Amino acid sequence: MSSTSTLEQPIHFQTSPDQYRHWKLSFDGDIATLAMNVDPMGGMREGYELKLNSYDLGVDIELNDAINRLRFEHPEVRCLVLTGSLDRVFCAGANIVMLRSSSHAFKVNFCKYTNETRLGLEDAAENSGLRTLAALNGTASGGGYELALACERIVLVDDRNSAVSFPEVPLLGVLPGTGGLTRITDKRKIRRDRCDVFSSIAEGIKGKRAVEWDLVDAVAPLSRWDETVAKEARTLADAQPARAQKGVQLPPVACETVEDESGRTHLKYRYVTLSLAHAERTAELCIEAPDTGAQSAAEALEQGAAWWVMQAFREFDDALLHLRMNYRDNALVLLRAKGSEAVVRRTDALLAAGENWFTTEVRHLVKRVLKRLDLTSRSLYAIADEGTCFVGSFLELALACDRIYLLNDPDHEVKLGVTALNAGPLPMSNGISRLETRFLGTPEAVGAILAHQDKDSFDAETANELGLATYAPDEIDWEDELRLAMEERTSFSPDALTGMESNLRFAGPETMETKIFGRLSAWQNWIFQRPNAVGERGALQCYGTPNRPEFLIERT
Amino acid sequence: MAGIDYSQKIPNNVDLKSDKRLQRALERWQPDYIEWWKEMGPTDFNEKDVYLRTAVSVEKDGWANFSYVSMPEYRWGIFLTPHEKDPLIQFGDHMGQEAWQQVPGEYRNWLRRLIVTQGDTEPASVEQQRLLGHTAPSLYDMRNLFQVNVEEGRHLWAMVYLLHRHFGADGREEADQMLQRRSGNPDHPRILSTFNEPIEEWLSFFCFTMFTDRDGKFQLLSLAESGFDPLARTTRFMLTEEAHHMFVGQTGLQRIVRRTLEVMKEFPDADPAEKGAFPLELIQRYINFWASSCYDLFGAEVSSNSANFFASGLKGRAYEDKFEDHTALNQFKAVERFVDGKVVTEDVPLRNAMNEVLREAYIADNQKGVDSWNKECEKAGVPFRFYLPHHRFNRQVGEFAGLRFHVKTGEPMGEAAYQAMLEETMPTAKDRSHVKSLMVGVREPGKFAGWIAPPLRGINGQPVEMEYVKL
Repeated sequence: MSSTSTLEQPIHFQTSPDQYRHWKLSFDGDIATLAMNVDPMGGMREGYELKLNSYDLGVDIELNDAINRLRFEHPEVRCLVLTGSLDRVFCAGANIVMLRSSSHAFKVNFCKYTNETRLGLEDAAENSGLRTLAALNGTASGGGYELALACERIVLVDDRNSAVSFPEVPLLGVLPGTGGLTRITDKRKIRRDRCDVFSSIAEGIKGKRAVEWDLVDAVAPLSRWDETVAKEARTLADAQPARAQKGVQLPPVACETVEDESGRTHLKYRYVTLSLAHAERTAELCIEAPDTGAQSAAEALEQGAAWWVMQAFREFDDALLHLRMNYRDNALVLLRAKGSEAVVRRTDALLAAGENWFTTEVRHLVKRVLKRLDLTSRSLYAIADEGTCFVGSFLELALACDRIYLLNDPDHEVKLGVTALNAGPLPMSNGISRLETRFLGTPEAVGAILAHQDKDSFDAETANELGLATYAPDEIDWEDELRLAMEERTSFSPDALTGMESNLRFAGPETMETKIFGRLSAWQNWIFQRPNAVGERGALQCYGTPNRPEFLIERT
Repeated sequence: MAGIDYSQKIPNNVDLKSDKRLQRALERWQPDYIEWWKEMGPTDFNEKDVYLRTAVSVEKDGWANFSYVSMPEYRWGIFLTPHEKDPLIQFGDHMGQEAWQQVPGEYRNWLRRLIVTQGDTEPASVEQQRLLGHTAPSLYDMRNLFQVNVEEGRHLWAMVYLLHRHFGADGREEADQMLQRRSGNPDHPRILSTFNEPIEEWLSFFCFTMFTDRDGKFQLLSLAESGFDPLARTTRFMLTEEAHHMFVGQTGLQRIVRRTLEVMKEFPDADPAEKGAFPLELIQRYINFWASSCYDLFGAEVSSNSANFFASGLKGRAYEDKFEDHTALNQFKAVERFVDGKVVTEDVPLRNAMNEVLREAYIADNQKGVDSWNKECEKAGVPFRFYLPHHRFNRQVGEFAGLRFHVKTGEPMGEAAYQAMLEETMPTAKDRSHVKSLMVGVREPGKFAGWIAPPLRGINGQPVEMEYVKL
C-alpha cells in the first residue's frame, strides 16, 4: 500500500552561510545583500541541473536560513537587498525538470515550504524592521518574480531585455506556485485585466511598461544600476530604526535519530521528541519545558539561542519539516506538551512584554512555527493526559490541532492554562488568534477562557466546560476512545483528510496568506494532478522535450 | 509624410501601395530609421556617392542593380521570394498542413522573439562597423563595407516589415526598440553580446563577415524553412545578399594571406610584421577568436527552445529537404557532455539537439574557407596550414562554457597549460597594436594597403581600379 515512508535520501534542513552553495550573504554596515548564485550541479538529487538560477528545495532551505539569521544574528541590518549574481538573469524560478520528476506529494510540500519562506521574508519586513528590496539585475521569471513580489520594493534593470514574467500558464500549463497570482492582485493591487495579460505572456513585461503597470516600482539603466540599488537600499534603511548592534548566534539544531527494536524511529532533540510508528502510521510529538528558565529579558538575551523556548521551537520546527518531507506515510500526530508550568508562564510573560528586540523576535519565531503546524497536512490530535501542561504558548499547540483529547479523571493531573500569548500575539494566517478562530460563533467563550489569564491553571473538567475538549473521557474509557479514534482516522482517505482539515482549520477572515495557501491547495495542486499538466502529453511533462502538449479541451 | 509614392521610395513586392496599415506603420518608422542611419551608420561618408547594388525587384537580376548613390538615399526595399502555390509546412508536428500566411496565435510570442533576435543583429553590425570607412585599405574594400552596411540595413527593414505587418502594436513597439538599442551601449545594448564589441580594424571586419555573417546565413537558412510563410520567403531573399557578405570575408582573408605569402617570399628571413604584413600565426589567432566566439551564437548543445521551435514548425534545419525524416521524433543525437573531467557522449532527443545540428553544418561550411586559404599556402610552397578551433575551445555558452580545452584537439587541459596555450593561440595585446598600426586609409583608385593583395576582379565586371567611392 505505501511506498514512501522514508525517502532514499532524507532531507536535512540545517545549514549555515559557510555551507551555502547557492547564495552569497554579505554585509555593508546596516545593509545586507543576499545574492543568488545557484550552483547548477548542486541540486538536491540527481537528474536535473539548476541552470539560470533556477531553484530546488536545497536552494530554498538556504534562503530560509539566511532570512532567519538576518533576524537573529544581525539586528544591526535594516535593509536586505535580494539580487542575482548571474549576468542578465535574476532567477528563473523553480526548476522544471526537478518539478516534473518529483512525486505529487513532494511538489506540494516543496511549494508549501517555499511559500512559508516568502511569507517569512514579508514577516521580517513587517516585524523585524528588515526592509526588503528586490534588485532584479536581470530577468525574473516565474518563482523568480514571485520571490521579488515578497519584497517591499522591486527595482528592475532596464537593459531593453530584462523582464519580469509569469510563464507558467503559457509555457508549462500550471500556475505560479508561490503566491504570485495573489500578490499581484492583493498586495500590489494591479488591475485584473492587466494581471490577466501579464500572466499570459511567457516573455513577460519589461522596462517602462513594467513600472506603468506597477509590476515593479522602478527601473534603472545598467550604467546607473549599482548607484540606484545603493540609493534605494539607503532610503529604505534610513527610514528604519536599528533594532540592536549585536545579535544572537544560531547554532545548528541538533537531532539524534534512533531506530528501536520495534521498528520505530525516534528523532530526539533537547526539548522535543518525535517518535514514528511506521506500521500504525502514527507519530507522537512531544515538547517539554525545563524546570528553570530566564527570569528577565536581559537574561534571555544573554542565553541567546540556548534560551529554552527558542531552542524548543526551533527543534519543533525541524521536527515538523522532517515529518512533512521525510515521513510522508505518516497519517496522525499525537501531540503532547509537558514540563514546568511556572517556567512556561514566566517565559510567555517575557515574550508578550517584548522588552528587548530579542524576546520580540523569539515571539515571532514561535508564531511562525505554530503557523507551520497549522499548515502541516497530518491529522493532529492534542493529547492531554497525565502530566501534560497545555498552558499559554503550549495551549496554542493544542488549539492548532484538529481535536483535543482530555483525560478527565481526578486521579490524573492534567493542566491547562491561559497566558497573554493566547490573547492575540500569536495570530494564525487568518490574522486572528486560535481561540478567536475556534469560537467564531461564540465570541463570549473566548472571553470566558481569557478570564483565566494570569490565574492558576485549570483542570480537565473546567477545560471541558470552557469548550477546549473535543472529548474528555475518564480513565476507564480513555484508552479505548483513543485507540478507536486513531484507528478510524488512519483508515480514511489521506487526500480527503488533507482537504477536510485544511478547510476546517482556517475559519474566519481571509488574508493574503490564507488565500495563498488555499489557492495553492485548491487550484495549483489540482492542476498538478491533471492530464493537461502531468499526463503523457501534458504541458509540464512536455516542456523541454521534443513533444508539444496536447490538451483535453473540456473546461471543468 | 503624406503623398509619398511608396513603391518608388521603398521598392517592394508586398503590395505596399494598397496596404494602409503597413503604410502608416512605415511612415512613422522610416524617418526614425533614417535618423538612426545618419547617427549610427557610416556617418562620415553619408554625403559620398558609392557604387552600390540595390534590389529593386524579385525578378531574375532584379536584386542586382548597380549605380552610384549616397547611402541615406539608398532604396531599402521589402522583398519576399515568390512562392510556389499553396506551400505546406515541411517539418515538425504540423508537417503537411498549409503553411501559415498569418501568425498563428499560439506561436505569436515565439515567432516575435525569433524575428526580434534575428533583426537586432542587423543594425548592430552597422553600428559596430561605423568607423571602419576611415581606414579602408582601398576604395574597392570601402565600397564592399558600405554594401554590407546598406544590406544589413535592408535586412533590418525586412524584419521590421514582418513585425509591422503581422504583430500589431507589439510589433511596432519592437520595431522602435530595434532603433533604440545600441551596440556597446551599457544601458541598452544589443541583445547578443558578440554584437556589442566594436570592430575597429579590418582584419576583424573580414573575420566578422567570414564567421559571424556565416552564423547569420545558417540562422536564415533554418528560418527559410519556417512554416510561417512570410518569414520563410523574406529570409530566402535575404540569403542572396548574405552570400555577398561572406564573399567579402572569405576573399578578404584570402587576399591578406596572399599578401603575407608574397612578403614572405620577398623577404624570406624577415618577420612579415616588420614588413607591414600580418604574420600567418597572427591571422590564425584571429581566426581562433572569431570562429570560437561564433560557435556560441548557436546556443546550448541541448535546448528546450530549439525543440519547441522545431516541433512547432517555426525554425527548421538548414536545407531541411536534404533530411529523410522531417518530424525528428523518436530519433536521437549523440551530444557531447563534460562529466567528471571527461568528455562523454550522450544520446538526447534529436529535437533538443537542433542547435548542435546547425552548429555542425556551420563548422563544415567554415572549413571550405579555411581550405581556400590553405590552397594559397600550398601554391606558395609554405608549409603553414590554417585550421578551425575545436568546437569546445573558448566557449562561453553551453556544455563547455568556461572550461579549458585544447584549441586543436579539444582535449581537457589544466589551467596553467591552458593559459600558456592562449599566449600562442588567441590575439595578444601586441597583435592588436600591430594590426591597428597598419590601419591607414588608402583612397587612391586601384591602390591597396600593403597588408592586403588586390582582388582578382572588380565589382559587377568593372575594373579593380574603378573609383568605387567618390570621395
